[in-house]
Amino acid sequence: MKHIDVHGMYFKDLNQIIRLSKDQHIELKDVEGQRYIGCGLSGKVIDIYGTPGNALGACLDGTQIIVHNNAQDATGDTMNDGAIIIHGSCGDAAGYSMRGGKIFIRDSAGYRTGIHMKAYQEKQPLLVIGDRAGSFLGEYQAGGTIIVLGLHQDGKPPVGYFCGTGMHGGKIFLRCDNLPRDLPEQVVAQTAMEEDLKEISAPIEEFCKAFSLDKDAVMQQHFFVLTPNTSNPYKQLYTYV
Amino acid sequence: MTELQEDYPQEGEVRIPSGCAISGIFSRNGKRFGGQDAIRSIAVMHDRSNGLGGGYAGYGIYPEYKDYYAFHVFYYDNDAKNTCEKFFDEHFDVINLSKIPIRKHPRITDEPLIWRYFVTPLPTKLAASQLDEEEYVVRCVIKVNTDIKGAYVFSSGKNMGVFKAVGFPEDVGEFYRLDEYEGYAWTVHGRYPTNTPGWWGGAHPFALLDYTVVHNGEISSYDANRRFIEMFGYRCTLQTDTEVITYMIDYLHRKQCLTLDEVAHVIAAPFWSTIAMMPEERQKEYIYLRNTFASMLITGPFSIILGFNGGLMALNDRLKLRSLVAAEKGDMVYLASEESAIRIVEPDPDRIWYPRGGEPVIVTLSETGKKVVAAESK
Repeated sequence: MKHIDVHGMYFKDLNQIIRLSKDQHIELKDVEGQRYIGCGLSGKVIDIYGTPGNALGACLDGTQIIVHNNAQDATGDTMNDGAIIIHGSCGDAAGYSMRGGKIFIRDSAGYRTGIHMKAYQEKQPLLVIGDRAGSFLGEYQAGGTIIVLGLHQDGKPPVGYFCGTGMHGGKIFLRCDNLPRDLPEQVVAQTAMEEDLKEISAPIEEFCKAFSLDKDAVMQQHFFVLTPNTSNPYKQLYTYV
Repeated sequence: MTELQEDYPQEGEVRIPSGCAISGIFSRNGKRFGGQDAIRSIAVMHDRSNGLGGGYAGYGIYPEYKDYYAFHVFYYDNDAKNTCEKFFDEHFDVINLSKIPIRKHPRITDEPLIWRYFVTPLPTKLAASQLDEEEYVVRCVIKVNTDIKGAYVFSSGKNMGVFKAVGFPEDVGEFYRLDEYEGYAWTVHGRYPTNTPGWWGGAHPFALLDYTVVHNGEISSYDANRRFIEMFGYRCTLQTDTEVITYMIDYLHRKQCLTLDEVAHVIAAPFWSTIAMMPEERQKEYIYLRNTFASMLITGPFSIILGFNGGLMALNDRLKLRSLVAAEKGDMVYLASEESAIRIVEPDPDRIWYPRGGEPVIVTLSETGKKVVAAESK
């Protein structure tokens, strides 16, 4: 395993060292906001201590990144494959245009999480958030699966305003007793049935294992599943708001 | 550089893609500290700026002159200085004047003349104007910035000051020797100009009296806001969109006496659909504010930190199209575009959170803090 004391190192130099390293497992200490860590990288494992900067794991292509703190904005931007596991919260636009792999966020995510997520055949991105997501979750979502567990929300909707606005593909699962009051007309919400729950059983098991949570307790509560409303496609979305 | 205004394109005529970084540090208990932490904080976000502007606002930095307005002025030549000083002498009692101390810096070049004046309005002039003292000062500042070619008053409050330049913000902090000042609050900005070229007057913070604004973003409603605010005597002379936010806050908070919360709900008003979901009483208030100050809604992405004597307010646009993180440790409050910019100065905050769009974070001096600041000023 390779250890790097990052501190004030310039992000280009850091990423160059990571890219050229022959070690498969890399541990970064005292990261101070360096951007693009693991950008486009495949076949490695990166443990991060400190605060990674914006666009962590952008275009990630098979590497596993574990963040032992919070992450910032645009985590996993346009990621293709691999995993980003965050033992904390993250800023805005996590999973932006993600088209494969998975992102697990133990606590909360910011605005526009999963915006423009998409899928194609075997490319099925997965984004799981332990507690709560900000407004515009899954905005313009075109594919893949987003799960928000609301673990500390006492059954309240674990999302902000305008969840699923412009959604036209994929699924959003919300673990809560009531739906958000302002779901847009492009979205159909239903109670998750046995088949739906079966679909998320494996991802939730993996999430719970990553953060030492009790899967049975998580699965016991009520889930909604949100899908695009094919009879009411995208039109006049932001007019007269 | 005297032809600055003529030579440089106006807002909207040029377009450069964007970035920007902001940060703020505040001691609720009025504890004064140097500018170094603000410098370290903004340095972490170096790549959000492109070297075309950086600046700071420090509060509580001039306790020995706390009853006087501190004017910081850029002059592009001696003629401008002579004309402006004549204007000051006619309108103010100037009790102290000096060059603002700088440290020569290899990356900060072509500086204008940078002067500081501690002034108080001439009583006879003030009485004759039939204005209150602050309004008198505001009108004089606008007069200089509009009519005296090559002179810009870029800081005009009491017991506070703005320091700004073309350069990277960490270099600007060293240039102005901010380690030699102590204040209970600092804000800082790293600029990546959009739409207009970088120049000294266009660096942030933008200030009027003790209000200062640092801003990351771009105001789509600039012209609508500018046309409205110029009806009340303000003049947008600094060729950038952020300036108008400062005047709008001055108008809403100082002149219309809205609370800062209300100001936030005017400039970053919730969507009508969100208002419709509120309880009736709140709904009434929000509808009233949106209707009464319709032209004061700022659209487009922004995160700002407003500084004022005794506090800071951080605010995002209602869609939260720019990042903003807040943290607390003891009596200290930290606000920044990125969490890493907070952790570099406070690695272990008690609480760290992400303010929601349109919901202001307002921090003010505690009772202890007020006493401390008042005592230091004696």
